[in-house]
Amino acid sequence: MSKDIRIKKGLNLNLVGAAEQTTTKSVSSNVYALYLDDFHGITPKMLVREGGEVKAGEPLFYNKGNEEMLFVSPVSGELVEIVRGARRRILTIKILADKEQQYLEHKTFDLSSAEAADIKKLLLVSGCWPFIKQRPYDVIANPDATPKAIFISGFSTSPLAADVDYQLKGKEKELQAAINALAKFTPGKIHVGVSNAQSSVFSGIEGVEKNMVSGPHPAGLVGTQINKINPINKGETVWTISPQDLVIIGELLLTGKFNAERTVALAGSCVKKPKYYTTKIGAEISTFLYASGVNDDNFRLINGDVLTGSTVKPDGYLGFYNTTVCAIPEGDDYELFGWNKPVFNKVSSTRALTFSWLNKNKKYNLDTNTNGEHRAFVVTGRYEEVFPLDIYPLQLLKACMVKDLDEMEQLGLYEVAPEDFSLTEFICISKQPHQKIIREGLDLLYQEIG
Amino acid sequence: MGLKQKMHELKLKYQGKKMAPAFNAFHTFLFTPDETTHGGTHVKAVDDLKRTMNTVIMALVPCLIFGIFNAGYQHYSALNGFPENFSLFEHFINWDNFILGATTVLPLVIVSYGIGLIVEFIFAVIKGHEVEEGYLVTGMLVPLIVPVDTPLWMLAIAVVFGVVIGKEVFGGTGMNILNPALTIRAFLFFAYPTWMSGDKVWVHGAVERSNEIAAGANLDAISGETVLGFLAQGNTQEMYAKFDLAEMFYGFIPGSVGETSTLLILLGGLFLIFTKIASWRIMLSAVVGALAMGLIFNGVVEAGWIQDYSKFYELMRFDFWKHLIVGGLAFGIVFMATDPVTGSQTNKGKWIYGFLIGFISVMIRVFNPGYPEGVFLAILLMNVFAPTIDHYVVQGNVKKRMKRLKNATIYPKTTEGSAEELKAETV
Repeated sequence: MSKDIRIKKGLNLNLVGAAEQTTTKSVSSNVYALYLDDFHGITPKMLVREGGEVKAGEPLFYNKGNEEMLFVSPVSGELVEIVRGARRRILTIKILADKEQQYLEHKTFDLSSAEAADIKKLLLVSGCWPFIKQRPYDVIANPDATPKAIFISGFSTSPLAADVDYQLKGKEKELQAAINALAKFTPGKIHVGVSNAQSSVFSGIEGVEKNMVSGPHPAGLVGTQINKINPINKGETVWTISPQDLVIIGELLLTGKFNAERTVALAGSCVKKPKYYTTKIGAEISTFLYASGVNDDNFRLINGDVLTGSTVKPDGYLGFYNTTVCAIPEGDDYELFGWNKPVFNKVSSTRALTFSWLNKNKKYNLDTNTNGEHRAFVVTGRYEEVFPLDIYPLQLLKACMVKDLDEMEQLGLYEVAPEDFSLTEFICISKQPHQKIIREGLDLLYQEIG
Repeated sequence: MGLKQKMHELKLKYQGKKMAPAFNAFHTFLFTPDETTHGGTHVKAVDDLKRTMNTVIMALVPCLIFGIFNAGYQHYSALNGFPENFSLFEHFINWDNFILGATTVLPLVIVSYGIGLIVEFIFAVIKGHEVEEGYLVTGMLVPLIVPVDTPLWMLAIAVVFGVVIGKEVFGGTGMNILNPALTIRAFLFFAYPTWMSGDKVWVHGAVERSNEIAAGANLDAISGETVLGFLAQGNTQEMYAKFDLAEMFYGFIPGSVGETSTLLILLGGLFLIFTKIASWRIMLSAVVGALAMGLIFNGVVEAGWIQDYSKFYELMRFDFWKHLIVGGLAFGIVFMATDPVTGSQTNKGKWIYGFLIGFISVMIRVFNPGYPEGVFLAILLMNVFAPTIDHYVVQGNVKKRMKRLKNATIYPKTTEGSAEELKAETV
């Protein structure tokens, strides 16, 4: 029986510059790149040297921890550069794309009769496995584990985030194929959170448990849905995957090709014409950013949404998991008596001479200023108002900061990912880096226990 | 934008130097910094600690202004007798009251902020962290909760003690166990008990006058007895003759500088609840707790379990709801109990914490006639117990999780199985 979930605690961030629902095919990029930071906790071992030729879908490197797990090139071309950082850690792998794209072809098989192990092997070999993430630890799923359930959030409530239904319109066949394949991996259910049962792209998909979810952000985060539908216990594993990535898996299963193409929302107040572009994973952002135009020279470009994304330079590349790219103004300026004067043009979770509570539908043009300095935790009771999970957020953050493993476990660190703490970080009066604290806590737990 | 540029250049000059925190404190007072987000969320809500603290100060300002006028009013009324037909603008808001009040109260404010901030700056420079805003509120609370004639040197010593022992030794703002302002108040009370209690300290000039009388001057003594003082001595009739209920509620009574006006405290409390800065849970439950204890005492009197010669009788008989409008209870509930650092941090815990503060305040008030003001001791006591309350509240969440664990569906890892299957296929 599907559940009807109403989220009450939360905060919708209405920002200027939501993407208009028209899609343009972006000009093709010359160079494509993979950021290794996208794959948290993976130690890459290169399979191709600089100068080597690869096809689209051909492996570039594998995971040292699990050699079956391959990471593939989104396009065919020549591996032109491996950018390394401190201690020769690989940061970026760049591929110069061929004019004519060649795909590595995998064998397709009948999904209804296929064995789970065969499908798993195909996903691992084809480079689709990294799309599947697991909790606990919010890392790429361990192929050896059996998840008790798989969760997919069928909509997004993040500020300026892409509209999933719009992006995936017409991809029902691929979605269904991917769902059929994933169903073999778990004895449990595949849960999909939808905001509208009729108009959702998942409305016609079979073999999933559709849960109606309503309410403000973070209702659309998969972590919120897991917590309300079937929370994770110690020792359990659940897998999560985003709808866009399901399409790539579905296409692989149907055609045997790894097609890195996806629709990306370009949004934010610094974009002149915010809209959707079809492009490929790892494409140069400049190939579509300047097609829409930018208003301002001093802007921040973000791979992902404004709460969880990562900063990228305008000459950077689309991240592996990202379906949104945002450009918002940098806030690197002082403001006279900014701490005590009445504020009308910024979002606040209080009413301390801040007036965003007056009009809930007003759109804001927020910049990247921190609006204050980093402080110790002082105020209490604020996070709870925007944090719908059945977890004590302040106490869990403090447990992570003091590295108390027992308490981290007991307070539910297994259930969360850093993104679940993005909204508490946004409203934090002490300007503490919640997502970083949670990430470090998860890493520590993984290292010590996982 | 000359100033902005100039300050920015100075900031770069001081960067990495020892005095940087001191300079930054002034700089960030003028300008919110040009700092941008890196990692984590790219945008942030507008609220910061300065704004939060500033909101509390705004709620306190009416109490301070009232306290200034009341200091003058109490002094002149004690000398010349209370006016017959009291009129607000004729007898209360006038230049005489203001000048006397300002010259007695503002030095307290200046010493409190001056000494406290010097200590904060010294610690910030030594430890190399930014000057945190906690003292902005503490510095305002302190002059409001001390008697008007508190000698400045006493206050200075108490502030140093309160900031160093009450806060900095624990690691500064956000780390302290006890409310710093109440630590200062408690230090004053226990270090100088002869000065800080009795009926002479509450009205300006009373102590001086009694010294003069002792020296042989032929003058009338000034009585500065508070409502609770009257009650503790069993002089209820005398008290009602001097102050009526409205006066108690509006605050035209002797007491610590800023805590007499229940009306303004109520408005301040509503402002803090509306702005979501202070916890309504603590305030509401503390009021309920105080009323509950008051009702119990009233019931004891009603049931005849206590005789009217008992020294507790008059305070126990005092109508339960009147406890809220006399003494420092209302001020303590609104401005001290709601301190987020030293109070309970969980929502459930706040209910318990607030209730016990109100409950114990009235209990101390009644059972300790030698010192009838129990609220600060009650809050300090509950400060100590707040982490324990939170611990049990959080344990409730942990237990729920443990219970869920019994039904966990954990599947064994499939490595070995699948490897064998793969082998079988190849053979």
